[in-house]
Amino acid sequence: MYDVVVIGGGVIGCSIARELSRYALRVCVVEKEADVGCGTSKANSAIIHAGYDAAPGSLKAKLNVEGNPLFTELCQDLAVPFKRTGSIVVALDEKEVADLEALYERGRKNRVPGLRLLDQTALRALEPHISDQAVAALYAETAGIICPFTLTIALAENAYANGVEFFFNAEVKKVYALRPGAPRFLVKTDHLCLETRYIVNAAGVHADNISRLAGGDSFYLTPRRGEYCLLDKDQGSLARTVIFQVPTKMGKGVLVAPTIEGNLLIGPNAHNIEDKEDTGTTAAGLAEIIAGAKRALPSFDAQKTITSFAGLRAVPPQRDFLIYADSKVKGLIHAAGIESPGLTAAPAVAKLVREILAADGLKCKPKRNFNPQRPPVIRFSDLSFEEQSKLVRRDPSYGRIICRCETVTEGEIIAAIRRPLGARDLDGVKRRTRAGMGRCQGGFCSPRVMEILARELKLPLTQVTKQGGSSYLLAGPTKAPEETGKKGATNNGSL
Amino acid sequence: MEAYDLVVIGAGPAGLAAAVAAYEAGVKKILLIERDREPGGILEQCIHNGFGLFYFGEDLTGPEYAARFIQRVQERGIAIKLNTMVLEVTPDKWIIAVNKADGLLKIKAKAVVLAMGCRERTRGAIFIPGTRPAGVITAGTAQRFVNMEGYLPGKEVVILGSGDIGLIMARRLTLEGAKVKMVLELLPYSSGLTRNIVQCLQDFGIPLLFNHTVVAIHGRQRITGVTIAEVDPATKKPKPGTERLVSCDTLLLSVGLIPENELSRQAGIALDPVTKGPVVDDGMATSVEGIFAGGNVVHVHDLVDNVTREGEIAGRSAARYILNPKPAPSLKINTKAGAGVTYVVPQLIHPQQMAEELVLSFRVNQVFKDQKLVVALATGQGHKILGTKKRMIMVPGEMQEFKVKKEDLWAALGQEDSSSPLELTVSVPEEGEDHDV
Repeated sequence: MYDVVVIGGGVIGCSIARELSRYALRVCVVEKEADVGCGTSKANSAIIHAGYDAAPGSLKAKLNVEGNPLFTELCQDLAVPFKRTGSIVVALDEKEVADLEALYERGRKNRVPGLRLLDQTALRALEPHISDQAVAALYAETAGIICPFTLTIALAENAYANGVEFFFNAEVKKVYALRPGAPRFLVKTDHLCLETRYIVNAAGVHADNISRLAGGDSFYLTPRRGEYCLLDKDQGSLARTVIFQVPTKMGKGVLVAPTIEGNLLIGPNAHNIEDKEDTGTTAAGLAEIIAGAKRALPSFDAQKTITSFAGLRAVPPQRDFLIYADSKVKGLIHAAGIESPGLTAAPAVAKLVREILAADGLKCKPKRNFNPQRPPVIRFSDLSFEEQSKLVRRDPSYGRIICRCETVTEGEIIAAIRRPLGARDLDGVKRRTRAGMGRCQGGFCSPRVMEILARELKLPLTQVTKQGGSSYLLAGPTKAPEETGKKGATNNGSL
Repeated sequence: MEAYDLVVIGAGPAGLAAAVAAYEAGVKKILLIERDREPGGILEQCIHNGFGLFYFGEDLTGPEYAARFIQRVQERGIAIKLNTMVLEVTPDKWIIAVNKADGLLKIKAKAVVLAMGCRERTRGAIFIPGTRPAGVITAGTAQRFVNMEGYLPGKEVVILGSGDIGLIMARRLTLEGAKVKMVLELLPYSSGLTRNIVQCLQDFGIPLLFNHTVVAIHGRQRITGVTIAEVDPATKKPKPGTERLVSCDTLLLSVGLIPENELSRQAGIALDPVTKGPVVDDGMATSVEGIFAGGNVVHVHDLVDNVTREGEIAGRSAARYILNPKPAPSLKINTKAGAGVTYVVPQLIHPQQMAEELVLSFRVNQVFKDQKLVVALATGQGHKILGTKKRMIMVPGEMQEFKVKKEDLWAALGQEDSSSPLELTVSVPEEGEDHDV
């Protein structure tokens, strides 16, 4: 019997799980994919927003402004790289200056600290490569950049270390309310049947479906696709801050930002779609974001794109987060409709969900042995020559470079597999170590990473997947010598 | 700290040839550094034949070709470190490298030859839209799986790009029992060698569709198919209405190679924006004194024989520099890609130190039939034709060569004042254009 089942292992589900792991509760996370952070959490703008965008008084505004400052300590505790680069919204003509002033005013109402309007000279000094058309900007000093899957994985690892259980490849198929009026459920997946008192619905774009399965409130989340291009590190220094344009009603528009790893990220566009799994990119969409990004930062070289991807935002009907106890089903708590600034709000969302659970009758007794810290991950390429020397002497597997582009060693890949909730597939290794994330996109290292996965997980190479499920990378062994017509040939090379 | 006269980075065909040539030129303290588990580079996975027709006058497989140079390296007792990754090369020729046995290495060299080869362009680089399932793989990676690891990457294959590796893999996968449905080429001509189109596609009945590309990838976990479309040859954009769905479990990409120059960039070496490799002179010297380069790290070749030749030049020049270190002479001629030509290597000629004969390597930018090739020297006084040659066919997929004799170059230079800029242009002028200025 669980106290809480969290449905969804994205940044919201993992933040909530980690928050609940502070208390003497039995908690688990059920995730339909093979790893945490495989939905919206892995394909977004990777930004910690300052908080001037959301309408004053909205939950979005409140949780954004509450969430932002929490990142300093959170990232220290979880050993997650995070950088407060600041952000700017640029006015590309005189008319847009009024929009900046309105944003400034909204920011002031939302109690966003560190907002300043910059004139053209100050803007140019801050961002030397900004468009000549840019006449002014709104600067927000608290905005920052982070790797969203590193954060999600770190939250999950820390939650796990503090006793939260995780179930992967576990898509929730049925939810039974066992005692109407009392918090008591049976949550069924293909292979699991979990009895719980409370359910937290953090199922991202699928949260509307989970509410329906549980007999809860009816709402519809519109999947809104956003496409991105990630550019080579030689383009990363073109932007120092997160560069936004004046927002439209569809969202904050196309941004240009350095990533925490030093690449340049451009995107997203915003297109409502039907299919909640359709994270495919389109030629028109990619052209749209490149053209859009060029308006603010004309000098980047789109030919230096190393990969493109798309993510889906779960757009709620009233454009505000749906974080509340269900009106019909006792014990069902929604953390739904978490579109931007969901990543920023995540730690504040987690606290709010815990408060709602407590108000709903869940006794939250603090655990004395809660450890907020996650052991840091060794990154060979971040170390000095002396530190690298010492490391390789201690463990020679750190002397074997597997990913040439990002300088990732065998030792780091083994550690990523052996860590709690470790990598189980090629993409899991990639998200944890960056192996395969560089300019050759795994061309050289994927055979080697697959070999290490197979060895560590004791799998045949043909069972190694890209991203769990049936995403097998190989069809089978090549023809045996017999089949090639050499009767009597043996595998050991003797005839 | 270790010290060597010459450190060669990469033990593929260029690096092996450079090490042997430097040794023969009198430098004995040489170290080859190779990141893979064996020397030979990409040749080790190229188990097909067709290697060495020019260099050895024999038809060898890749591993056989490599073995000859590995043997020469071994016979000379040249040191080689395998499974060793170079992390950094500094302009003053310190090399930082790492492996499991030695740990971190700091090596000082009098000269360095860069021979890191090239890598494949990926899906991201050419913006193929769609989902991101398993089963989208570059041709070289597939080749490694099939020929070195013993695994078949898929059974129903569409190949995008008619580069040589893609063509070779079409045949290889067919022989391994996969169904290769088609090879798509964006351009109206192939970038691969004609012999490969005949031997790898036509002989197996595999269709090659020119002016076609992949416009979407489908499938969530493993690729289930691609949408292909015809492109307008003028704009290279897909023609609306020509899209059709082709089912497959593998999309193989053979869409070009890029010289691998992360280390060159770190060392502050000037790169050519067209070749994406270092700017080199007739001795394969880069812009940083004492650092030389050869093979696919400079520009992507079609034939290993030419890679070997470049490696040898780089090795000999490095040896000359080690035995008598001095900067290149000041008199220089820049080479230039004229009409119809994409690039010329070397980019720089030092007439005072050049060998008796110099090979200009270049690629044309379109298919030319029965066109004349013109090599001309522009000086302060005007414009002198060094040579012309009528060629039956020139295609972008086949590297062209033009041999320049030192005596001819000096004759054209005449009493040239070395202060005026000198430019040697290779071009394919349009018919009727007058070039005898």
